[in-house]
Amino acid sequence: MRHVLVLAGGLSHERDVSLRSGRRVADALTRSGLEAYVRDVDPTLLGLIRNSRPEVIWPVLHGASGEDGALQDVLGSLDIAYVGSRATACRLTWDKPVAKALVGAAGISTPVGMALSHATFRELGAPDLMESVIDSLGLPLAVKPARGGSSLGLTIVRSAAELPSAMVTAYAYGDITLIERFIEGVEVAVSIVEDAQGQAQTLPAVEIVPDSGVYNYEARYTAGATEFFTPARLSSSTAASAAAASLTAYRTLGHQHLSRVDLIIDSDERPWFLEANVSPGMTETSLFPMALEAAGIDATGVYATLVERALTTA
Amino acid sequence: MTSPRGQHGSRLDPWTHSYARRTAGMSTSEIRALFAVASRPEVISLAGGMPCLTALPMETVADTIAHMLKTQGLTALQYGSGQGDPTLREQILDVMALEGISAHADDIVVTTGSQQALDLVTRIFIDPGDVVLAEAPSYVGALGVFSAYQAHVAHVTSDNDGLVPQALEERILGLKSAGKRIKFLYSVPNFHNPAGTTMSLERRPQVIEICHRHGILVLEDNPYGLLGFDREPYAAMRTLSDEGVIYLGSFSKTFAPGLRVGWALAPHAVREKLVLASESAILCPSAYSQMTVSTYLATSDWMAQIKVYRELYRERRDAMIESLDVLLPQATWTHPDGGFYVWVTLPEGVNAKAMLPRAVTERVAYVPGTAFFADGTGQRNVRLSYCYPEPDRIREGVRRFASVVQAELELLETFGPYDATGRGSGPSTGVQFPAPDLS
Repeated sequence: MRHVLVLAGGLSHERDVSLRSGRRVADALTRSGLEAYVRDVDPTLLGLIRNSRPEVIWPVLHGASGEDGALQDVLGSLDIAYVGSRATACRLTWDKPVAKALVGAAGISTPVGMALSHATFRELGAPDLMESVIDSLGLPLAVKPARGGSSLGLTIVRSAAELPSAMVTAYAYGDITLIERFIEGVEVAVSIVEDAQGQAQTLPAVEIVPDSGVYNYEARYTAGATEFFTPARLSSSTAASAAAASLTAYRTLGHQHLSRVDLIIDSDERPWFLEANVSPGMTETSLFPMALEAAGIDATGVYATLVERALTTA
Repeated sequence: MTSPRGQHGSRLDPWTHSYARRTAGMSTSEIRALFAVASRPEVISLAGGMPCLTALPMETVADTIAHMLKTQGLTALQYGSGQGDPTLREQILDVMALEGISAHADDIVVTTGSQQALDLVTRIFIDPGDVVLAEAPSYVGALGVFSAYQAHVAHVTSDNDGLVPQALEERILGLKSAGKRIKFLYSVPNFHNPAGTTMSLERRPQVIEICHRHGILVLEDNPYGLLGFDREPYAAMRTLSDEGVIYLGSFSKTFAPGLRVGWALAPHAVREKLVLASESAILCPSAYSQMTVSTYLATSDWMAQIKVYRELYRERRDAMIESLDVLLPQATWTHPDGGFYVWVTLPEGVNAKAMLPRAVTERVAYVPGTAFFADGTGQRNVRLSYCYPEPDRIREGVRRFASVVQAELELLETFGPYDATGRGSGPSTGVQFPAPDLS
């Protein structure tokens, strides 16, 4: 019986989501016949890993503690197989402006944007710089921390008066803020998972229609607050182009095993890359398990396959 | 571009359209998620209101409980009276006598913590739209109950001496002229949660008189009254009016909150309805918990234990106030002479709720002031609690908190005043308070 250590929790802003995701992954692995248990990331972890030597580690960590590549570097140095993308891919993805630049260079549309630090606003003067940003990008804008997930710190800015508040909100989560032109359209998430042979497969796109109009934290994690259409109500050609764009992002960023790519489909059927996630949410309201279910794929089997893939690709 | 729209998708909750309207605010929230980190030991939590149980003589308590179970287990593990254990109700009279209350055990209803008493009182008095008057700020747990019963909360100005009588009078007159029906005034007169203030002895009869004149019941919530640092307890408001005051008490702060034992002392007719309401909710309060408390009161020097708690909390209060004096000159705060909390007012323009993510990054937690208002005010305010962390941790926590405030002030300096009402990902209606088990 495989011995799998699922890491969840950590000290990030997304600790709560990670704990919920981790428990669900461990439950699914247990149902598939593996010996899986959940551990928090704390100062006792490395000692536990050295002593118990799990065959595979699955970091179901959201936020900096699990998605910025540092933990993956550590796991690599311990020579233990783990599920998910390698450290470099994590770093490229974790930094949203970097990910956008790489995916954009690969030919996928991504909203024009600027990544600005608080120091930049201080040096250049906030009123002038904010005016310049709006002149350049127009309105509405999506303002969010350059690093982080679960839409924490996200504000959709529809008037110039709302921008200062949005900036301060985003800076509460980190030093760099990404300001993007907001693309009106259908919001979809495309999950990608490797099969037993290592072929990356796209799952049916999930269309997201939040009651509040913004897919923020509350809309993500309050059951009933968002309506999901799976598969998304896209024509077959649009669905295919969304899947192709997602796969391009997956490969460009060097992802491995599993991933989720967030897109907007505009009125011209063009997919716009927003961001990608090396550790997609696995909670009861998360998009990755929803896509598996829509595809008629049993999550327990997929997760067990990913454990085997981790051993193969270690 | 798409296949036909308008079809129904999945909401991941088949009962979405079946919930009562009063559940509208029961959503998850960013703030609630951020509090999850507060459970980690790296984070200094100045957020929760957990009593410091390390000060309890745990072995003695354990022996007491074991003996009680061995000798009275058949009663302790059985259903009990809906009104509560008669012996405990007699003992509660002794506890309330410390605050000058003279009553009859028949008028006491034992509840599952005083929170359940709060729920029962609200249930039997409030119809949707009725008005509850409450201090500004007010206990978040009470606001949650009032919201659940669809009451309209009207805050009344409070200062360092508690509720301001003139403001109360004006508020009542304004509401009445608007055709509103006011059912009761909710007040925490001693060592207020979250304000840390105490209603002065001078004001208490004035408040009672105003409410009496306008036919408004007073709900006196007094969990901290015996935890004063520098003086004997004030006489309870209940001593001024037998018929016009419902008094709520609790063993959560003077003994242990895990037992969930509180009580209501109510006028006779009200008490009868409270018992019936309680029986319909829970049948009876836990006999085991009541007998544990009763045995503790009968066999231990519980007054001495309260003195231990007072000294411990006084030391922690001092650590917090001294640190604030040194580290946060830009802010003002209350000086509690008992209880658990300091209420901080930050400089104009600072939004305490929006800076919570930075606080979590800095490994310190607090409760933003907006949690304590039903109307969204309190953005500049923060509740800091000193009851749980040790003094050195409190000092370090305040240092971290001060650095968070400083960073927020720098942002404010850069971006200038702004409209913060829509800050974050939209005004949240979700729960804005840590779960009870998070310190």
